[in-house]
Amino acid sequence: MADVSHSSPSAFPTATASAPRARIEPLPSETLLRLHERMVEARCLEERLIRMQRGGDGYFWIGGPGEEAFNVSLGMLTKRGEGIDHDYLHLHYRSSATMLALGADPVDALRQMKSVAADPYSGGRNFCGHYSIRKWNVAPITSPIEVQYAIAIGTATAQKRGGGDAITIVQGGDAGTAEGDFASCLVWASRPGFELPMLIIVTHNGWGISTNAGEQHGEKHIADRGRGFGMRAATIDGNDVESAYRGLEEAMGYVRRERKPFLLEVYVSRLYGHSSSSGSNFVESETDCISELERKLEARGLRSAEACATLRAGFDERLLEAAKMVKHEPMPEPETAFDHVFTERDLVGERARRVPHDNRVWRAPACVHPTAKSVKSGETH
Amino acid sequence: MATTVQALRMALHVGETKLGVTDIFGQDVGPPLGGVFTATQGLRTTWNTPLDERGIVGAAIGLALAGQKPVAEIQFCDYVFNTIDLLKLAGNTLWSSHGDWNVPMVLMTPVGAGIHGSLYHSHSFDASATRIAGWKILMPSNPRDTYGLMLSAIQDPNPVMVLVPKALMRAKAAGPEEMIPGEPEDARALGRMIDAPIGDREGWEPEWPDTALEFVPIGVARTVRTGEHVTAVTYGRMVGVTRRAAELLADEGIDVEVLDLRTLHPYDWPAIRQSVAKTGRAVFINEDTEITNFGEHLIRRCVEELWGELRCAPLLEAGKHLPGVGLAETLENVSVPGLDSVLRALRRSAAQPDRAPSHARRGGLSFTWTGEGAHGAPDAVDRALRHR
Ligand SMILES: Cc1ncc(C[n+]2csc(CCOP(=O)(O)OP(=O)(O)O)c2C)c(N)n1
Repeated sequence: MADVSHSSPSAFPTATASAPRARIEPLPSETLLRLHERMVEARCLEERLIRMQRGGDGYFWIGGPGEEAFNVSLGMLTKRGEGIDHDYLHLHYRSSATMLALGADPVDALRQMKSVAADPYSGGRNFCGHYSIRKWNVAPITSPIEVQYAIAIGTATAQKRGGGDAITIVQGGDAGTAEGDFASCLVWASRPGFELPMLIIVTHNGWGISTNAGEQHGEKHIADRGRGFGMRAATIDGNDVESAYRGLEEAMGYVRRERKPFLLEVYVSRLYGHSSSSGSNFVESETDCISELERKLEARGLRSAEACATLRAGFDERLLEAAKMVKHEPMPEPETAFDHVFTERDLVGERARRVPHDNRVWRAPACVHPTAKSVKSGETH
Repeated sequence: MATTVQALRMALHVGETKLGVTDIFGQDVGPPLGGVFTATQGLRTTWNTPLDERGIVGAAIGLALAGQKPVAEIQFCDYVFNTIDLLKLAGNTLWSSHGDWNVPMVLMTPVGAGIHGSLYHSHSFDASATRIAGWKILMPSNPRDTYGLMLSAIQDPNPVMVLVPKALMRAKAAGPEEMIPGEPEDARALGRMIDAPIGDREGWEPEWPDTALEFVPIGVARTVRTGEHVTAVTYGRMVGVTRRAAELLADEGIDVEVLDLRTLHPYDWPAIRQSVAKTGRAVFINEDTEITNFGEHLIRRCVEELWGELRCAPLLEAGKHLPGVGLAETLENVSVPGLDSVLRALRRSAAQPDRAPSHARRGGLSFTWTGEGAHGAPDAVDRALRHR
């Protein structure tokens, strides 16, 4: 099983043993190497953030080691920019790798960890990993689980009316799908005649904080929930970068083209536990997508083990130096706490392309309820 | 002469034709119904949503982030409570992103008792709303302000909540000064222009009067009545009740100044300060339950900042701290303020002794206290007035 809503063959293999492995079209060498570089950089960044937190240069760590294969692919395939003609990203707090793939400076993530005034994402107000970049349509990442699935409805609605090929991407964890906002997202994304161009991603690491998914969820796959809404859905192995990239490519292509939702469930590892609250120690028992990729690169003669080690050492060193520098950057001035409660300027609206709804143009298709007399007597089907 | 709900509709029409509104949506907001109170009939950008308040607020936030101009409705504020964390989010997005993203959305919702609505159509939301930082909270008391405040809400680049008293939906302007500039004077003429016909509405188009772009500024209170003895600070449905009480009390020689806050946040402190400093007596009147009530905050501020000017304890006349508003009229009447309880509160304020006679001044209730407690002689005010 891969594509849970269509039995036809597709680019969706899974890690599930029962599933026949569909053949994945291998990625070109340059793409694989670029993916690898960002994945390693993202891992080094997360490990640096963990060390900063442990060393007292931050209060809390949460992040995405184990999700790099999928998250870097996501960033690389995103149509980056501002406004409804570019993709909107409503991300999870494990999205550093996506941000680096989009082109973010890793040093800024260190600044958010250290909560210095120069933290460009929140000015020292929010936890690490809580990115926000308007010029790239990265909506503020926030701590309450699942709210991004309700908010994504709005950006996707504007894009549906706006036309073009830009989409809304929303991502969160598996446990959070129990929240009502996930159901909201499925319902609103599949209104008849007004299906939303939305890629709905669930990164399934098997855990809430300490609660195992299997003990709370009876559904076999979260992606199965798409079926009831007539939504295309699939599961993919997020530990294999080629599956992740190809799966994303296909799902995104579908959403861009068809202007309809796609529910994509991605199996990923959680390599340093939930957060610093649970110790942020390396979990030996889970698959590491970077080691997997490095084996592939060596086997295909694309990058040797030594070259991989050198690459990693380079990122490590740069980030260590950056962390030392960030340590001495000033904290926000106390009176800045009162900044940005209200604004005089409509920042999001100033250059926006506005596409008003028109209820004389778009009307919900008429539907006949099954208890109507005509249906009972078999006049309609 | 418009009712409140017609004023809302005309403001939304101006919003979608002149101020860039892209979406007016919520449960039953679009055709064919146009809102359970008819606030959204005949408009062009209206649409119906799934029965999902969290989806509605989420969609509004998302539309705003996408540079659109949404006006979302929660059908009754009684059903807004399961969206509070999303409202917090709308309120903190500008702040948490350090000024990068604003959320220019409007949320409108009918509030309060007075329509025999029992437990779940009588809730108030003003006290809760004022605790959600990052929002501007507006609450009109008449059609003209409803219109002008809605226009300001739409134009504001921040999240703005418009709390519309349910019981005032069908209320007309109290006089010509409450009419919307440009609307026909004859209520029936207006109804023929903009009220959807009963039954089949296919092909019906409203004929919108050319109303002026008259904004009621956010954060500016209105002095409904000037007075010298007691300041009544109120908003929403209680404005009319308080004005009526003030008229009745004038016959008893108690001269009440009535302030209609109109904006609960950011509220017009200078107006409150000036009036309370003048009268030295203040009663805060609203429908929400009394514990952690918005009026309590204003009392705290009066005590802290106007202690020297206060002649007596400021009072709160608010809803009782009960789990609900009962359906039976007798139950509703004891749960939320009404004319009788407002009269009592204002009389009680006027009857309280001056706590510092030296503060007595021209125009005030300057009298020498003769010893009765506040609840003692009911004719204390009368006697006090005879001492003038
Ligand atoms: C609404 C809400 N409830 C509870 C929490 C506390 N909390 C933070 S993370 C988490 C687990 C989330 O699990 P999942 O959705 O699978 O995402 P993951 O962290 O595994 O990526 C919980 C319960 C929260 N942040 N928000």
